[in-house]
Amino acid sequence: MLYRETGQFKSSYAEDIAIFPLYQDRVAIKLLLLATFLLIPFLAKFQIWPLSTDYLLRAILIPFLVLSLAAIGVNVLVGYCGQVSLGSGAFMAIGAYCAYKFGTGIHLPAFWSEAGISIPPISPLLAILLGGAMSAVAGILFGIPSLRIKGLYLAVATLAAQFFFDWVFLRVKWFTNYTPSGSVNAPTLSLFGYELSTSVDRYCLCLASVTLGAFCVKNLVRGNIGRQWMAIRDMDIAAELMGIRPYYAKLSAFAVSSFVIGISGALWGFAHLGSWEPLAFSIDRSLQLLFMVIIGGMGSIAGSFLGAGFILILPILLETVPSQFGLPVSTEVIAHLQSITFGGLICLLLIKEPRGFARLIALFRQKIRLWPFPH
Amino acid sequence: MIFIGQLVEVLLGGLLAGVLYSLVAFGFVLIYKASRVFNFAQGAMVLLAGLALVRASNFLSSSGAPLWLATLLGLMFAGAIMVACAWLIERLVLRQLINQDGLTLFMATIGVTFIMEGASQLVFGSDVYPLRFYPTDSWFLFEGAFPGGVLVNKLDVWGGLIAGLLVALLAVFFSRTKAGRALRAVADDHAAAQSIGIPIGWIWFVVWSAAGLIALVAATVWGTKLGVQYSITFLALKALPVLIIGGFTSIPGAIIGGLIVGAGEKLAEVFLGPQIGGGIEYWFAYVVALFVLLVRPQGLFGERHIARI
Repeated sequence: MLYRETGQFKSSYAEDIAIFPLYQDRVAIKLLLLATFLLIPFLAKFQIWPLSTDYLLRAILIPFLVLSLAAIGVNVLVGYCGQVSLGSGAFMAIGAYCAYKFGTGIHLPAFWSEAGISIPPISPLLAILLGGAMSAVAGILFGIPSLRIKGLYLAVATLAAQFFFDWVFLRVKWFTNYTPSGSVNAPTLSLFGYELSTSVDRYCLCLASVTLGAFCVKNLVRGNIGRQWMAIRDMDIAAELMGIRPYYAKLSAFAVSSFVIGISGALWGFAHLGSWEPLAFSIDRSLQLLFMVIIGGMGSIAGSFLGAGFILILPILLETVPSQFGLPVSTEVIAHLQSITFGGLICLLLIKEPRGFARLIALFRQKIRLWPFPH
Repeated sequence: MIFIGQLVEVLLGGLLAGVLYSLVAFGFVLIYKASRVFNFAQGAMVLLAGLALVRASNFLSSSGAPLWLATLLGLMFAGAIMVACAWLIERLVLRQLINQDGLTLFMATIGVTFIMEGASQLVFGSDVYPLRFYPTDSWFLFEGAFPGGVLVNKLDVWGGLIAGLLVALLAVFFSRTKAGRALRAVADDHAAAQSIGIPIGWIWFVVWSAAGLIALVAATVWGTKLGVQYSITFLALKALPVLIIGGFTSIPGAIIGGLIVGAGEKLAEVFLGPQIGGGIEYWFAYVVALFVLLVRPQGLFGERHIARI
């Protein structure tokens, strides 16, 4: 009897279009925001369990937030616009490397002058945003084939982006500032003169970005453009006949999606890794992101978070389980067992609930609306 | 003259290497034709088949069997494993996912890939196992025409012959046998095929077994070339542009796509690579595929997709 819409009347337009129309939902989201924005930093500051060490923040919460943001970006393209992409890892890489270049200063040789074009290093926050913008540009370029190619053919075509950019960041030394090993160190993260040196600071930055990203994307998909995306996804020819321009709808989905993915890539480099190798954003990353979206639920923001959590936490859990039982097995065997378990769980989940965690949430919500009655 | 000699050598080597990619691509085409499933696990199937073959025949020959018997029994053992695998995949995964959309099935085959990679290396070990199945020395052709002649690897020629044979066999299978015709019916329309009494589960089992056996053939060639090891699974990614260029549904297309990719890749690497930094083999095939798709969205020989509302 706790969760139902009975008696909640909407008396203004603003109430009618609220993201969370139910009072109970609004309370829940406020509690969640309070816990993540205040409670976790507080616990970490005073080193109270479970945040008495850095581990939880550094190895789980920060990657979880960044990958959730990336999953939201992929969801825009795959879940809302129906364009399957296997090149998300490349767009993360573009975000990360462009942010790195902007953050460390750019020097372009030019044919008309000896000095060339030089841009001094800019503040990391701006660099991250510009990284996202560059990624959006690349997304539009590699989205152009989607106007002619559909379905799995498009998926393979986006692999072209993946392999091409893998190669670019490995071989074109300009992007890595000619470091001999090819790995780069992100510049120190600072925000309006305040240096984000501890894990808590970085966590807060990631959390703020994810919250903002999720909020903006949610509003985009509820609006005009989002409805165009969904119409294209459901049946592109019908959408075209109704006057939706596929050219504009598809390319805008590619742009928004790669912008968000690019930002998350830059955060992955700056806030999580700190320094990274050229192959930190390989095809495995792309597949991982696609898994997050499919397992979380296509076309659902909340699903992106759940999918990211599941795909990220599962390997960590699988790693700790054998050592908990004290089984004397070699790391190689553990790696193989992990891969088997992971594959098995993926298959099982796809068979049991092909529409992902988002569908499970919807079912659960339906159940508690009627609780304690069965019908 | 030296330049032309080099050109012929690179071109010939590329074309033959391309046919080897086609060998992997056949498995994809077969499964896609019959079930509209884009089978990401093809690379893992090559790994599994290769590991089963090499481990079984090594075991037998070390316990005293003559080489030909050990190889024969090894082939039979690996073939049996692939058929068993096909049965398991059909039973446990595909049958449960009937009527789901292509993306879900594709993701499920990625799950299968993880299981296969883990299981095959867990059971058969994860070292590099050398395989001697074909001669690996080289011929020198046209020694009169060009100084130094043209170098051709015997293994590549074997691969070409096998691919040709497979295409002929598959063509006969698809057009002449009852199972082949049933398979074409299933490819056209699942529900219609089921309604006239074609057992779809059985057809899928046949197709996945055939793809497994093709993977075994590909494993003998690639295992001889590279040694049987984990990196052999990346062949699946090499075979994708081949498929795209040829079209997902065409077996001759897989051969033509293989030839284009193989020749283009080698020529680009040798003549274009040094100028822009090398290693362009890594993405060249994909960019070629992208341009082919822009001109013909269904690939060179794929079925034209007619959309209706």
